[in-house]
Amino acid sequence: MERVNASLRRIPVWLIYMTGALPPPVWLWMGATGLLGVDPAKAIEHRLGELALQALILGLAVTPMRRLLGVNLIKFRRAIGVLAFYYVSCHLLIWLVLDVQIPAQIWADILKRPYITIGMAGFALLLPLALTSNNWSVRRLGPAWRQLHRLVYAAVLLGAVHFLMLVKGFQIEPLVYLGLVVILLALRLPVARRRLAL
Amino acid sequence: ETLEPNSWEEITSYNNFYEFGTGKDDPAAYAHLLKTVPWSIKIDGMVERPGDYDFQDILSEMTIEERIYRFRCVEAWSMVIPWNGFELADLLAMAGVQEGAKYVAFETLYRPEEMPGTRYPVLEWPYREGLRLDEAMHPLTLMATGIYGKPLPNQNGAPLRLVVPWKYGFKSIKSIVRITLTDREPPASWNMAIPNEYGFYSNVNPEVNHPRWSQASERRIGGGLFAKRQPTLMFNGYEKEVAGLYQGMDLAKYF
Repeated sequence: MERVNASLRRIPVWLIYMTGALPPPVWLWMGATGLLGVDPAKAIEHRLGELALQALILGLAVTPMRRLLGVNLIKFRRAIGVLAFYYVSCHLLIWLVLDVQIPAQIWADILKRPYITIGMAGFALLLPLALTSNNWSVRRLGPAWRQLHRLVYAAVLLGAVHFLMLVKGFQIEPLVYLGLVVILLALRLPVARRRLAL
Repeated sequence: ETLEPNSWEEITSYNNFYEFGTGKDDPAAYAHLLKTVPWSIKIDGMVERPGDYDFQDILSEMTIEERIYRFRCVEAWSMVIPWNGFELADLLAMAGVQEGAKYVAFETLYRPEEMPGTRYPVLEWPYREGLRLDEAMHPLTLMATGIYGKPLPNQNGAPLRLVVPWKYGFKSIKSIVRITLTDREPPASWNMAIPNEYGFYSNVNPEVNHPRWSQASERRIGGGLFAKRQPTLMFNGYEKEVAGLYQGMDLAKYF
């Protein structure tokens, strides 16, 4: 594990930001040039939603991975979180601009469609976290910063439920994501922390 | 108004055929596993001449014509498809509909070794659909055997599928192996799975929303990344032809 951590330490954080920033513009370009099939707006929307969920889950996995496996990703945790917010924002933008398009319908969807309401709530919870993802805010808020950032637990859960609610029929994939989220959240419960000596 | 059909590529690469997977590109990727020769269709129930009808024998009896129809998926996307096929009414006449029959039930092939998607309980297999007899006998109701003059590709429901252009796409059941005439409303897969979202009728109706999304407008496939949504038409633009079938019915209740 020491070797893994030593290699991880050599990766500069800016490299994570740079590579992590690429998928949205690359997919937009692919969609515009016909490389994402005949329904590019939906393809980009779905890819971004899934990537956002993956990034959020990776963010939640940082602490358990350190405590259970000894893999230290803590250096990248802020980048993972900020990128997750960036993907969620792009996902939301694509939905607004390329998918629903009609302002009256957007508002109606947010109010009337539970899976949209839940997705929007998840985004709203991430907003203050993204705004306080800087050293100044950490210093300024002190212990309150940690408490504030626990909002991410609810946001990830909402994201996974949002995915589960929008598929048609019984599908495995959203259940796998929800299962991962539930496990990662359960590891935070005092009872699990005592048992696993986390 | 003339309808501009979608390209062969669009029609055959973007499909919902959950027997091959739930992704839009799964059918095109896996439907080659399906063997469509030999193929027969069991026609039974309230018919004069029940039996297993060989697909080739049916074809030799029917006149194939081209019908360019709008196709509107319940997921709020749409295409225009140049089908080849014959009227379902002609096939039903071949089997002879008994007096008292009120509905037609359809069943898709269920052959797990050739249909990887059926390994998951996404829906209760085999896929089933149904029509009221007058809907089935309507001259717009087509049994499609081809697209663009070519035999139907497997991902589009080879060798024989239903096309009911004024209903959401899932009513247009694919790769049919059984047709049953009956006097009661037959079970339909999506209706069985989620009855509050998918009604037995499932007529295209911009005023009756799906509980999870609006049906007022649709994304026409083929317009590219920045395609504008267009308004959905009542009965998918076939109101003049089919509205009479539903006279006096509350379409919000019988959705």
